[in-house]
Amino acid sequence: MSRLYLARNPRVAARSLDGEMMIMSGRDSTLFTLNKTATILWQAADGTTPLDKIVEQKICAEYEVEPGEALKDAEALARDLASHGILQISEEPIVPENPAGGASR
Amino acid sequence: MSDLLEQMTEKALRNNIPLSVQLDLTYRCNERCVHCYLDHEDHGEMTTADIKHLLDQMAEAGVFILTLSGGEIFLRKDFFEILEHARFERQFCVKLKTNAIMIHEREAARIRDIGVESVQISIYSHRPEVHDGITLVPGSLQRSLDAARFLKSQGLRVIFANVLMVHNSQDYRGVRALAAEMGVECTLDPTITPMMDGNRSVLSLGVHPDTLHEVFRDKALVGEVDEFCTIAAPGDENALSALPCSAGHTTCYVSPYGDVFPCVQFPLATGNVRTQRFLDIWRYSDRMNEVRSIRLKHLTTCSSCSHIAGCSRCPGLAFMEGNMRGPSSLDCEKSFARTGVPSANMLAKKGPSANLVQIRPNAAPEEVRQTGAIA
Repeated sequence: MSRLYLARNPRVAARSLDGEMMIMSGRDSTLFTLNKTATILWQAADGTTPLDKIVEQKICAEYEVEPGEALKDAEALARDLASHGILQISEEPIVPENPAGGASR
Repeated sequence: MSDLLEQMTEKALRNNIPLSVQLDLTYRCNERCVHCYLDHEDHGEMTTADIKHLLDQMAEAGVFILTLSGGEIFLRKDFFEILEHARFERQFCVKLKTNAIMIHEREAARIRDIGVESVQISIYSHRPEVHDGITLVPGSLQRSLDAARFLKSQGLRVIFANVLMVHNSQDYRGVRALAAEMGVECTLDPTITPMMDGNRSVLSLGVHPDTLHEVFRDKALVGEVDEFCTIAAPGDENALSALPCSAGHTTCYVSPYGDVFPCVQFPLATGNVRTQRFLDIWRYSDRMNEVRSIRLKHLTTCSSCSHIAGCSRCPGLAFMEGNMRGPSSLDCEKSFARTGVPSANMLAKKGPSANLVQIRPNAAPEEVRQTGAIA
């Protein structure tokens, strides 16, 4: 099975509000809030850490979930976030699009 | 406001987070609009480093929506550097306010690449002789409209901001038609704001009450006219515990000189980011906390006014009239034009003139000067 890499879409606006991540789509200004798992994916989406590592280190370490099931759910969630233009996903590591390459707060 | 944004705003309010900030990058401008409230001289704007540092602090404080305005923002040579920092380094949702006359294809493409939520452009009329007569820059309407087309062609959200005044009181339908033809949004604002130094002479440019009466009965603007023009039912005790507006609660304003105010229309300086942390000013300024403490039931005159539940009363305009807990006569006039029912303030006014306050950036209370009277 190929690995999946995630990167934050630099076109979106993002802010953590009292622990809840707010995202505004750069595509159509739709506002989203991310649940805990989606927030974990967003914060870990550096383009170079594969999804299975994120699941192992950030999700399985925090929640009592079966790794295979957690990876399947996380992949579905990542694809959903990508469909809304929030994340970029690829089977190769992703080079940051923006020249500044900043981190999200 | 979307439901989700409303929920986020409620959450920001509960946690004392400044969700939305307007930052004016400069008061300099390449237009000279006859109604403008600003002093266009540069009295020492923040440097690029100052502004980047401020943006870092604002992101840390939880600011999400950042409106960059002026003056004319494109007069700052570092504008794109600031915008890139705001977007790429700090992930703000950025809105721009501009006259757009310096935006050409290249700038429009660059704005698209960086990504902004919207670009609001001041358009006063669909007729060049009227628009240019207000901006005092020949050809400015054509340039602003060209810019709007460049931005639109890049897929950006463009909004025409139409301020209503005596010069253009008959033209708002033309502007709306033009906006519809170009596929852009359009807002209409009948409020002329006193100048920042307290000078109210520009208020004479405001539309006549009869015109306002007509505007408020334009179905295309207000929807159900009867509903819009009816006085809202008076609220109960809970309603009177409501906030007068978001100024100082989830929003604030920062001037090009680093002064922090509750709102762009509320010239009560609460601190300066060149010498204080943004979040310290937001949380601990006595003045900010005084603004924050006010509820509708604390308003002198207004709390007993029949318009209390539906009035657009602006605390900043009230402050400029002399009392942040007092009425805003401009809003009283709007309520009257809308409903035909005089406000408590209008009924109480039997000739005595209100003292006006001249505000200076970060002036101490004792430095605030009484300057004049409403004619």
